[in-house]
This record gives sequence, structure tokens and C-alpha cells, in this order.
Amino acid sequence: MSLFNIFNVAGSAMNAQSQRLNTVASNLANADSATSANGTPYKAKQVVFAAAPVGENGATGVNVAAVIDDPSPMKTMYDPKNPLADDKGYVTLPNVNVVEEMVNMISASRSYQSNVEMMNTTKTLLLKTLNLGQ
Amino acid sequence: MLNRLDDMLNFHAQALRLRDQRQQVLASNIANADTPNYKARDFDFRTALTSALGGQPAQGGAALATTAAGHLKGSPELSTQSFLQYRNPAQGNVDGNTVDVDAERAAFAENAVQYEFNLTRVSSQIKSMLAVIQG
Repeated sequence: MSLFNIFNVAGSAMNAQSQRLNTVASNLANADSATSANGTPYKAKQVVFAAAPVGENGATGVNVAAVIDDPSPMKTMYDPKNPLADDKGYVTLPNVNVVEEMVNMISASRSYQSNVEMMNTTKTLLLKTLNLGQ
Repeated sequence: MLNRLDDMLNFHAQALRLRDQRQQVLASNIANADTPNYKARDFDFRTALTSALGGQPAQGGAALATTAAGHLKGSPELSTQSFLQYRNPAQGNVDGNTVDVDAERAAFAENAVQYEFNLTRVSSQIKSMLAVIQG
């Protein structure tokens, strides 16, 4: 029954989307973290999705291939009073783009929703199949 | 007699199996709506069903050779893999993804209703057969 496989497919997608939502939360929370445990400013993280086969008959789920540091340049702000400022008076701030992260968040939650809906439809179909002939 | 019962159910049984597999293909598309370079796929239901009903093996599949009248034809493994085709994207995407979530969800819902239709038909066929058997 391929229908059972849909649970795995939707499950893997939901897992991936929730991980994306997690990185968005982490990025937004640290949008102004000019320093961290290792002394460097926070770097925005991005998840990389990859299609991954589920089961043996051609279903494709989603897998988080990697969580990468956002390659975009860090922001700088002129603030000579800040103890983290360099000799020219500039503070390096995280490269978090708040607008982009908000868009990412909405996209992730919408995708999550469609996967939940997919699971519900499949569950209804399977339950109806169980009642076949009754 | 048993053969006839089987024949009666065959059409909707095959259709159900194909609907089942198509549902999985569409689910894969929706799940990968955000995966870079993923290409949406689907298969033509009519072609797949005609092939399944005609007992024609799917391309690449193998049928049993029948050399005597008593030999069973055997049913070639019903696989939709060879019918899968890539969708033509209506709008290109920068990351190479060709999934149109709205279209996929519409197809998913449609396929679910068709699956239910086939289930209902099989159910009522079973009921009529029982009515005939029990009198």
C-alpha cells in the first residue's frame, strides 16, 4: 500500500520544515547578538533541503542535508562607545536579514500546514479502505 | 464462478492501486515544494490504467511466457515507475524547483476523491454479490 508511505513522506517534510522554523527562530532571536561564547558575532544559519527516497517504490521525502552559515556579509554599525567596537569605532553585527527570516517563517509554516493536511486526507482514505465491503 | 467475481472487481481494484500510487507521487511533490532542484512528477492515469487492464507489462517490465493453453498469464508487476513524467512548470523557479503547490494540492484532493469513488464502487459491487449469493 503506497498510502502508508505518504505518512513517511509527509513526516519527513514536516520534520524538515520544523527544523527550518527552528533556524528562523534562532536567527531572529540572535539578530542583534554582537558577540557569542567564542567571542565572534552570531552568524545566520540556513537549512539546505534535499530530496531523499522513502521506501522502495519511488516515494520522495525531504531530508535536511546541511545547516550552513549564511554567506552574506556581516553588518557593521558605527558605535565607538560600545566595548566591542574596533579601533575605528565600528561594531560587527550578525548578518541576519529580519525581513527574509519572516518570509522564511511564513513559507515554512505554510508548507508544514499542507503536509499536515496531506496526512489527514491520507488517514481518511486509509480508514475508508479499512471499511471496504461493510 | 470465482473467475467472474474476480473479473467483476478487477477494474476498480486496478484503478484503486493506481490511485494509491498516484497519491504517493503527488505527496512526494507537495513534500518537496521547498527542495532546490526537485522536479515535480506525475503520470497519465489513462495510459497507466489501460496498460494495467490490458495486462501489458509496463515498459521495462516482464510478462510470463505462455506456451500452452493451460498456462496462466500471470499479472506483470504493476509499476507506475515507467509512466512517470516530469511536469512542465507554468512558472520557473530560481532554485530549479518545478513544484506548483496549488496545482499539486488540487491534484491531490482530486485523486483522493477518485480513490473514494473507486472504494465506494468496489464496496457496492461486493454488496450486490453478497445479495446474489445469499438470495
